[in-house]
Amino acid sequence: MFIRLASKSLLNRKGSVLLTIMAMSVSIFVLLAVEHVRSQTKESFNSTVSGVDLIVGARTGSLNLLLYSVFRIGSPTNNIDWETYQNISNNPKVAWAIPISLGDSHKGYRVMGTTADYFKYFSYGSKRQLSFTRGKPFAEVFDVVLGSQVAKKLGHSLGDEIILAHGLGKTSFSLHDNRPFKVVGILASTGTPVDQAVHVSLQGIEAIHRNWQPGVQMLGSSSAAEPLQNLELKPKKITTFMLGLTSRMATFRVQRDINNYRKEPLSAILPGVALSELWQMMGLLENILRLISALILISAFLGLSAMMLTSIKEREREIQLLRVIGAPAFFLFLLIELEALLISFMSMLLGTAGLYLSLIITRDLLSSNFGLHIGLNILSLNNSFLLLLIAGSTMIAAAIPALTVYKSAHRGG
Amino acid sequence: MAIQLKDVHFAYPETPDNGVLDIKNWSVSDQEQVFVHGPSGGGKSTLLNLLSGMLNASSGEVTVLGERLDKMNARQRDRFRANHIGYVFQQFNLIPYIGAVDNIQLARQFAKKNTQAALSDEIKSLLSTFNIAESDWQKPVGKLSIGQQQRIAIARAMINKPELLIADEPTSSLDQNNRDNFMSELMALVAEHNITLLFVSHDMALAKRFSRVDALSEINLAEEKS
Repeated sequence: MFIRLASKSLLNRKGSVLLTIMAMSVSIFVLLAVEHVRSQTKESFNSTVSGVDLIVGARTGSLNLLLYSVFRIGSPTNNIDWETYQNISNNPKVAWAIPISLGDSHKGYRVMGTTADYFKYFSYGSKRQLSFTRGKPFAEVFDVVLGSQVAKKLGHSLGDEIILAHGLGKTSFSLHDNRPFKVVGILASTGTPVDQAVHVSLQGIEAIHRNWQPGVQMLGSSSAAEPLQNLELKPKKITTFMLGLTSRMATFRVQRDINNYRKEPLSAILPGVALSELWQMMGLLENILRLISALILISAFLGLSAMMLTSIKEREREIQLLRVIGAPAFFLFLLIELEALLISFMSMLLGTAGLYLSLIITRDLLSSNFGLHIGLNILSLNNSFLLLLIAGSTMIAAAIPALTVYKSAHRGG
Repeated sequence: MAIQLKDVHFAYPETPDNGVLDIKNWSVSDQEQVFVHGPSGGGKSTLLNLLSGMLNASSGEVTVLGERLDKMNARQRDRFRANHIGYVFQQFNLIPYIGAVDNIQLARQFAKKNTQAALSDEIKSLLSTFNIAESDWQKPVGKLSIGQQQRIAIARAMINKPELLIADEPTSSLDQNNRDNFMSELMALVAEHNITLLFVSHDMALAKRFSRVDALSEINLAEEKS
């Protein structure tokens, strides 16, 4: 009866109640979205790479190196000589090395030239290794392994032939159409940028760039005409490489050696340290976003409180009637609180549903454009805590009108 | 005695020097039907609020149905009102956005008597007694006619089987025909259930239906002083 009375009372004032619900829903949406995207971004970034002790690239800032090598965001400053890679990977302290060559794409998805060791040693999340849903690692020069999202979005399956494009744009006029690649494997979903990558061998990268000057194919040349066995497919340059060391104790030593490498300027970074630098930089932005969303929510609470207070003026006769039939002052206090909570719960429901729908609509966009893998599990521990906090704050915001009614009832109203 | 007021003085806390009620001695016997008349601003509502326990006297003894209201705390007075006193107003007797059944059920909510199965039968019986069509039971009462609303208001006032029924100008908004019907139903009901009726109105035409007629100006000395 209590809940029925409160809900029918709200329905009776549906105009102002609806506006309040909309205002609160929007602010709850913003608050939850900021928290969810923040935590998911952090989780997504943190789980993108694991078990890699050092990442090496041309001399640059640690964040830039981390972003382009792992998250495929931004561009490398320079390439590394294959000889340099070999020298470093042959260091006895190095257990394994994964060379990475970037710079080509397939319909907007980045192409990554690497070796079969990538599928053996690269891990993500809690040291989870890459696995195949179909097919196997590349073995031939023009074999290609697709990330799960690439295969899904482009509808590729095993045996399909794809053409790579020079450069990273979604639309490219410099196609390597003389050497199509054959899909031999599709990786299982990882929730990391691996899902958005097209993996080919370094020899494949070398072969398609045969007779290419930077950016364009030389006129009159056609490497397709040359038989593969005649081609010298040893890579000359790579973009970056990842290292796994035999002992964690050697990490700083190897890092120092690489940073002091004489033949070319290199940077070696620890992914964990670079990530924490990134979070440190993002911390201020995170706090600003949180503050803004909290302020929006506070203004919605003030709106709720004002609406309830105004409604009490309109409902003086109704409150008087309830008093006459024996409703204690505390019942009236609880009635106002319950009405506010119903508004709040409805707003939470709408805000959460709105966020869920927005994520369904935008997650692919976020994933392909920004490398952000945002999950749909909105009700994380943090967000559940926020929802509880909103419910608590609603009770505080409603306490002003509720106490007004309580006091008025005690005075004999 | 159903009502016994002795040396009752009441002034609102904001204006302690301006007494609204000053009653030396006034009583109503059990099952008596009393008509009280007086002009607006004569302390009529304050008197009814004191008798129903909504207000507490500044001083003096307020005894209703043998219980000293002035000795009770607010919660006890609320409970007493819900259990023993029925109330009918001139208008806004019901919450307009809920149905007749819910309005009556709500009155029962605050009383001790709370058996759901019996309650449902009682409500149906009361609404039928007051000629409210079943199709109107769940409609928001705001959509019913004033006459229907007043009849539902009496049904609501009767649900807890009150020993005292307070009617505050209940016929003011009714036309002649509805007023006569309403009064006939009300008088029959209080007689049938042996209820003490305190009927406040300025419509002296109704006075003839009552065994006792009191002028508020004779009861409330504060009015004389002002």
